[in-house]
Amino acid sequence: MVPEMPAEAPTIANVTGSRAPAGPMVPARYRVTDHRQDNADTVTISLMPIDDPIDDPQPGQFTMLYAFGVGEVPISVSGCPRHEGVLMHTIRAVGATSRALCRLEPGSVVGVRGPFGVGWDVSSAEGSDVLIVGGGIGLAPLRPVVREVLAARERFGRVALLIGARTPEDLLYAEEVERWRAVPDVHVEVTVDAASRGWNGHVGLVTALLDQLPITPSLTTSFLCGPEVMIRVVARDILEAGSPADHIRVSLERNMHCAVRQCGHCQLGPLFVCADGPVVTWAVAADLLAVRRW
Amino acid sequence: MTASLVLTAAAQGVDELIAALARRGYCVVGPRLRDGAMVLEELQGAASLPVGWTDEQEAATYRVHRRDDRALFAYAVGPQSPRRYLSPPRKTLWSALRIEGGFQFEGEADEPPPYAFVGVKACELAAIAVQDKVLRDGPYPDPSYVRARQQAFFVGVNCGSPAATCFCTSMGTGPAVEAGHDLAITELLTAGAHELLVEIGSDRGGEVMAEVQSTVSWRPATDGDREAKHQIVAESAVRMTRRLEPTVARDVLIANLEHPRWDDVATRCLSCTNCTLVCPTCFCSAVEDVSSLDGDRAERVQRWDSCFTLGHSTLHGAGSVRGDTRSRYRQWLTHKLSTWWDQFGVSGCVGCGRCIAWCPAGIDLTEEVAAIAREKEQ
Ligand SMILES: Cc1cc2nc3c(=O)[nH]c(=O)nc-3n(C[C@H](O)[C@H](O)[C@H](O)COP(=O)(O)OP(=O)(O)OC[C@H]3O[C@@H](n4cnc5c(N)ncnc54)[C@H](O)[C@@H]3O)c2cc1C
Ligand code: SF4
Ligand code: SF4
Ligand code: FES
Repeated sequence: MVPEMPAEAPTIANVTGSRAPAGPMVPARYRVTDHRQDNADTVTISLMPIDDPIDDPQPGQFTMLYAFGVGEVPISVSGCPRHEGVLMHTIRAVGATSRALCRLEPGSVVGVRGPFGVGWDVSSAEGSDVLIVGGGIGLAPLRPVVREVLAARERFGRVALLIGARTPEDLLYAEEVERWRAVPDVHVEVTVDAASRGWNGHVGLVTALLDQLPITPSLTTSFLCGPEVMIRVVARDILEAGSPADHIRVSLERNMHCAVRQCGHCQLGPLFVCADGPVVTWAVAADLLAVRRW
Repeated sequence: MTASLVLTAAAQGVDELIAALARRGYCVVGPRLRDGAMVLEELQGAASLPVGWTDEQEAATYRVHRRDDRALFAYAVGPQSPRRYLSPPRKTLWSALRIEGGFQFEGEADEPPPYAFVGVKACELAAIAVQDKVLRDGPYPDPSYVRARQQAFFVGVNCGSPAATCFCTSMGTGPAVEAGHDLAITELLTAGAHELLVEIGSDRGGEVMAEVQSTVSWRPATDGDREAKHQIVAESAVRMTRRLEPTVARDVLIANLEHPRWDDVATRCLSCTNCTLVCPTCFCSAVEDVSSLDGDRAERVQRWDSCFTLGHSTLHGAGSVRGDTRSRYRQWLTHKLSTWWDQFGVSGCVGCGRCIAWCPAGIDLTEEVAAIAREKEQ
């Protein structure tokens, strides 16, 4: 379902002088067309281009989102224009820039650079079982994976989606998760660290649910995103259950200032996570993450 | 191209060379003595150079001394490198104004002038080639670097005065100027004469020299001159006692990420960032927003950063990935000498020795590598 273009997407002049700034560090301006509060500290914004749009992102890729006068941060694409008609990002307010982005109301303007990095490569999982594990804000970059798998459900084997949240109130995309749950041959489990009143679901780590899932690990492609500790344990467990390391995809997080392989901040050993990641296979990540503080 | 000639009056030759470059619109930059160090600044003529001065460098030591002659280029590298001009410590990427319903980019500021660098050592040219791979040859070239780099003119100098901190010979980056130069000078200073052997390395180098030749005395270069040059660089090579084997360093460090030497060096390292700031190949940068007081104008400013800062690896909620000095020193050395190969196909070190001289704690990377190689984990 493609939402309609906002009635009037006003264009605003690009530059005051004659020579517009150019290069990979200059964003395209986008207008916020929708702002949805997902939970207490997380917001999903929808964006439409004012300047030339960025290339269509792949699930798992990210952009650099710029809040005027505050800063620019890497944020995963949580909705691709080809699925949604708009570019969507789900942002958790944790510091100055992410807070400023979360405050943006429809009509405001942000800068967008990208799309950057290596995505999930969902189509390579066709023909195999699919395991999707998202912890906290880590569900955001996995949302396009779910959308893509559901859009071509018949091409995949069994599909399991495992979602972890701190509390039931922190669960992202709650209504959408219910719709996913209603899809007949998709297995959805949600677990929280701490239950609140009225919660009848699982309490505890996502790993506790792994061996109950209707998938065959040796024939499964996994997509994992969440806190690094969660990634480590889940990857270890499915590896032990027989999944090949190169069928386990994880999305890594490192500090980023440029996303174009030049600021050096995102290095993890030989990797520039902005360009060689954020999605890498466990075959690549395991040894690198095993070195403490690298 | 091997065309070469000898300018028979060295200082006058450099004066005319600088004048010819200035006439072509270059801002001519070279070593100048300032506050006790050779820094890189605009040159007006040969007299701007540290004439008759040399330097003495050791771990945590940099001093300048008078010589008893009028040598123009008898010193090793100072704390600054052409990186300062090609990829400046602070630059504005773009700026924007708040307008009704959004923001609008401001037109770009004037470009900096083209630079001509005079007195560039082989290790510097090698360092520029390393930075090219990062800032120019990747998938997202930095437009201001590409422009500055393409315009830049390089007058190299075959090195006859390495410091005790230098180890370019073992890194294969010097002391002879072999690539990346428009002109290469060898200073021929004997009891009776002070001449410059000039070898032409590019077409535009040839054009500039043709202009210089029309105003100063010169003679064709002889086999004797070329022999003198080989002698000078050969002696420099022999004088360099510090060594680092680039491929050995690469393999040893990556195989020893948990070596106790990292704990040892962490007790000495101050995490002061000096090494990364003097290093001619380091490229890390941070980008910050600078807003006007009323908040209506914002500038995106890129400045040099260092992997020795805590902020370099900050992750919200998790603190810094590299929260201790051990992990930060390990990042610096393993990146420089090992993972740089994976990323760019070369070592990130050219053996200029700056990080040794300018480390307040006197930490010497060649010694750190040697220590790890001596007591291998595996
Ligand atoms: C590839 C990638 C995808 C991401 N996707 C999302 C997403 O979809 N939704 C979401 O809410 N968050 C996402 N993040 C995390 C988000 O970028 C950080 O929360 C954000 O940078 C914090 O910046 P701040 O100014 O609000 O916080 P501060 O803590 O004030 O940040 C201080 C500095 O550290 C940097 N920094 C802090 N934390 C991070 C971090 N986790 N990653 C990178 N740089 C950091 C900031 O850029 C800034 O320079 C992603 C990070 C990466 C690397
Ligand atoms: S690491 Fe040290 S010796 Fe090597 S290029 Fe950098 S400053 Fe020079
Ligand atoms: S990570 Fe450290 S060693 Fe590597 S380029 Fe950046 S500052 Fe230099
Ligand atoms: S984010 Fe700058 S190099 Fe990767």
